[in-house]
Amino acid sequence: MLELKLYQLDYPLLSLMIFIPVLGSFLLLFIRNAANVRWIALAFSVVELGLCLPLLMNFDNSTPHMQFGESLSWIPAWNINYTLGVDGISVLFVALTTLLTTISIMVSWTAIQDRVREFMIALLFLEAGMIGVFVSLDLFLFYIFWEAMLIPMYLLIGVWGGPNRLYAAVKFFLYTLVGSVLMLVGIIAVYFAAGNTFDVLAIMNHKFSHTFQMWVFAAFFVAFAVKVPMFPFHTWLPDAHVEAPTAGSILLAGILIKMGAYGFLRFSLPFFPDATIAWTPAIMTLSVIAIIYGAYMAFAQTDFKKLIAYSSVSHMGFVTLGIFALNLQGLEGGILQMLNHGISTGALFLAVGVIYERTHTRLIADYGGIAAKAPVYAAFLLIITLSSIGLPGTNGFVGEFMILLGAFLYSKPYAVIASLGIILGAGYMLWLYQRIAFGTITNPHNERLTDMNSREVAAAFPLVALVFILGLYPNAALRVMHASVANLVQQVNAKVQTAPAVAQTLSTLTGN
Amino acid sequence: MFSMYQQFLQTILPILPEVIMITVALTVLIFDFFLEKDRKNVLGWYSLAGVIIAAYASYNLMSMSGTFFEGTFLLDPFSVFFKFVFYVACGLGILVSINYLKHEDIHRGEYYALMLFATTGMMMMASAGDLITLYLGLELMALSSYVLAGFMRSDNRSNEAAIKYLVLGAFSSGIMLYGMSLLYGLSGTTKLSGILAFLRGADLANPVIFLALIMLIVSFGFKVAAAPFHQWAPDVYEGAPTPVAAFMSAGPKVAGFAVLLRIFLYALEPLREHSSALLAGLAFLTMAVGNIMALSQTNIKRMLAYSSIAHAGYALVGLAAGGSEGAASVMLYVGIYALMNMGAFGVVIMLRKAGERGEEIADFAGLGKTNKTVAFLMLIFMFSLTGIPPLAGFVGKFYIFKSAVEAGLVWLAVAGVLFSAISAYFYLRVIMVMYMHEPKAEFKLLQSPSLALALAISVTAVIVIGVYPTALLNFARASITGIL
Repeated sequence: MLELKLYQLDYPLLSLMIFIPVLGSFLLLFIRNAANVRWIALAFSVVELGLCLPLLMNFDNSTPHMQFGESLSWIPAWNINYTLGVDGISVLFVALTTLLTTISIMVSWTAIQDRVREFMIALLFLEAGMIGVFVSLDLFLFYIFWEAMLIPMYLLIGVWGGPNRLYAAVKFFLYTLVGSVLMLVGIIAVYFAAGNTFDVLAIMNHKFSHTFQMWVFAAFFVAFAVKVPMFPFHTWLPDAHVEAPTAGSILLAGILIKMGAYGFLRFSLPFFPDATIAWTPAIMTLSVIAIIYGAYMAFAQTDFKKLIAYSSVSHMGFVTLGIFALNLQGLEGGILQMLNHGISTGALFLAVGVIYERTHTRLIADYGGIAAKAPVYAAFLLIITLSSIGLPGTNGFVGEFMILLGAFLYSKPYAVIASLGIILGAGYMLWLYQRIAFGTITNPHNERLTDMNSREVAAAFPLVALVFILGLYPNAALRVMHASVANLVQQVNAKVQTAPAVAQTLSTLTGN
Repeated sequence: MFSMYQQFLQTILPILPEVIMITVALTVLIFDFFLEKDRKNVLGWYSLAGVIIAAYASYNLMSMSGTFFEGTFLLDPFSVFFKFVFYVACGLGILVSINYLKHEDIHRGEYYALMLFATTGMMMMASAGDLITLYLGLELMALSSYVLAGFMRSDNRSNEAAIKYLVLGAFSSGIMLYGMSLLYGLSGTTKLSGILAFLRGADLANPVIFLALIMLIVSFGFKVAAAPFHQWAPDVYEGAPTPVAAFMSAGPKVAGFAVLLRIFLYALEPLREHSSALLAGLAFLTMAVGNIMALSQTNIKRMLAYSSIAHAGYALVGLAAGGSEGAASVMLYVGIYALMNMGAFGVVIMLRKAGERGEEIADFAGLGKTNKTVAFLMLIFMFSLTGIPPLAGFVGKFYIFKSAVEAGLVWLAVAGVLFSAISAYFYLRVIMVMYMHEPKAEFKLLQSPSLALALAISVTAVIVIGVYPTALLNFARASITGIL
């Protein structure tokens, strides 16, 4: 049984992390000068990033319990509490959120010229919402952050996006909202079934009936599957990515779509273990379809951003494949892959942003031969491409390897088909790199192309560093999550009521 | 002599707020004669002061509760809660009207008097312990609203709105009276408590009882604009002066729900089984019609009219759920709804183009660039109406759906959340037009301190209730004692 370790530090670290960006956005309301707005927004995001230091330094890897807990009564009539806490899974995403938000502000420095203040306010609000989603341990509070995030993201896409932004913004909003509201009914049902509580840790200990689990799992599943996005709920993603400004794409790919997978880990698996096992074959199949379909679609794209969007569908297929393999290897691989994808896809969108700001085109055919003009950029893109492919030595390799291992233990055909996805991934990414960086310059505009400037290098550097750190020493992330993931596997295992055969398999696997 | 005077005071004390409202309304009519045309806004502030004093009186009467005037007038926490909602609706209604009336050159004292009369009618409805009092309150409210809807005499649409509202309103009042007379014929009393006592001992299979139930549902369906009895609402909202539409969507509608709660959860409580099923069906249909019809509207007032139909549908979900939680959820919901809807209408009132009223959604184009504050307020109201946290609209909807799930109406809760997801489309369109379209020429806002004050109050309430609903929630939950 998980506990919430309350007030370990003498200051409310997690609340600070939620409210510092909010404070920043309020402050920005009174700043008129665009240059000042940028610096203040950056300062707040850096402070936020700095708060990761006490978070990670004081984090205890050895325990699966929720740490840095805070709990206040919020709406006593409904037994709703403001409960926060992080474990080995969420702490990683809190850190990634602060990093990617800082990078997003840096890449928007010159790209955003229109309504800078509103842009930065939206970004900081979004950051508060994202942190809130990862640290909430009350279902109601979680839902508040989960939905509140839609507002700034809708505005980021709709106001600062590309030509077809209106369509993309509405599609993004409606898809996510429809999924979420069904989860809301599910949350209410859980509240009554678990004895009038929204407390996540208490609900984890409650055993729901099998029928109840099947229905409510489905309600939660829709919300998370749209967010991931899993095939066939993915169609909003390419539109949203293509139209979003660079910062929006980075956060969308880096953090927002991870929340779906995080939802599976935090809620679906521990709350509804029976339903999870019953649904697993279907979800594994959808994951494999997503891997192949996303890769296949990526081959056909002529738009740089759209190609990455489809590659995200494929990569997130790996994540769900790993999670629903329901063994230690798969789960840890899935979580690692979530981090890796956040890093490498964030970096890829950064790369798109850099070149788009110079050429104002995203069509792959308009590039070509730019390695000669922008060698630093070409090197950066190469590293990220290789990381996205999963070359050994880069971060992508470890995650995918562990996922395949987990999937193999679950069922061999899934692992075999999924590994085809890796080959396809290598194909479309290398082909993409070849078309962009090599060959001769066909587009005369690219003759005057300038290389990455120091601000862009500074934004890209942490991501490149992480590619190698996690590639060469994955334990840096694995040891943080290990206790929590092991506990999760055990939790699912212990609560399974109706499928003894599967439970047995699980225990033999985790015993390994 | 002195003791008689004291006795008189004692007698009218329970209705002191109503007496204050009526007195202010009558004096407004008198003062109107002595005021120059361009100084009529004094009457607005005077009426507002009256509303605040009445609210203060109600506040002081909160400790007093009981039945008065032979059981025809109930002073209970339930009625007090609704009276506060009416004060807010009336107060905000006055604030948004002051400059608008001047601008449209219809600034006459009767306007404020009618508004106060209508509010008094609503207060009587909430306090009615008897079908006759209830009907009197309802007609006082309705007759005042008919005149208010047609207040812009030179405008054909306003006249049309008034006539349409009058004819359909009278029609529904007739049906209501028919239903009430059936109940009286059966039970021999017009007292709600008497009807409850009669029904507890009656043979509920009696088709006449069922007929009375249907008639009451139909007539109140008209009053709160529930589908399929909603057709009047869009035309009336569109034609009526915008502040009147704002007031009507908040005040009379909420009053309708006060009566619905009192009748269906208290007086006709033994018929719960039938009424719940009928109300659930009505709720589903109302949400469907309101949300789906709103999708295709290009006129912001018509859009808000259909949106208010949809919101009546959500409130009906709570009514169908019934019980103490259902009742409290409806009360919380209508209170929040009144605030956010007044806010949204307040922004519409501001909208002018080339001296004319701007009523098309397209008229909002580029507001996010030309007037950031007003656009941001509208953004807050639209997201709150959609029900996106952390705004008040979400809290209201959450409570409604929570009580529906608790009452076993899961299908209705699922339908409700899906319809509210659909509603995001038309609310978002307003935001999209404001922020994502380029401004058009000839765009001017009608700005005034009173309007700014009204918007500031509603936006603050929408955000504060959204983030910290406990105070209002506890007030609503403590106020249901009167009907259960």
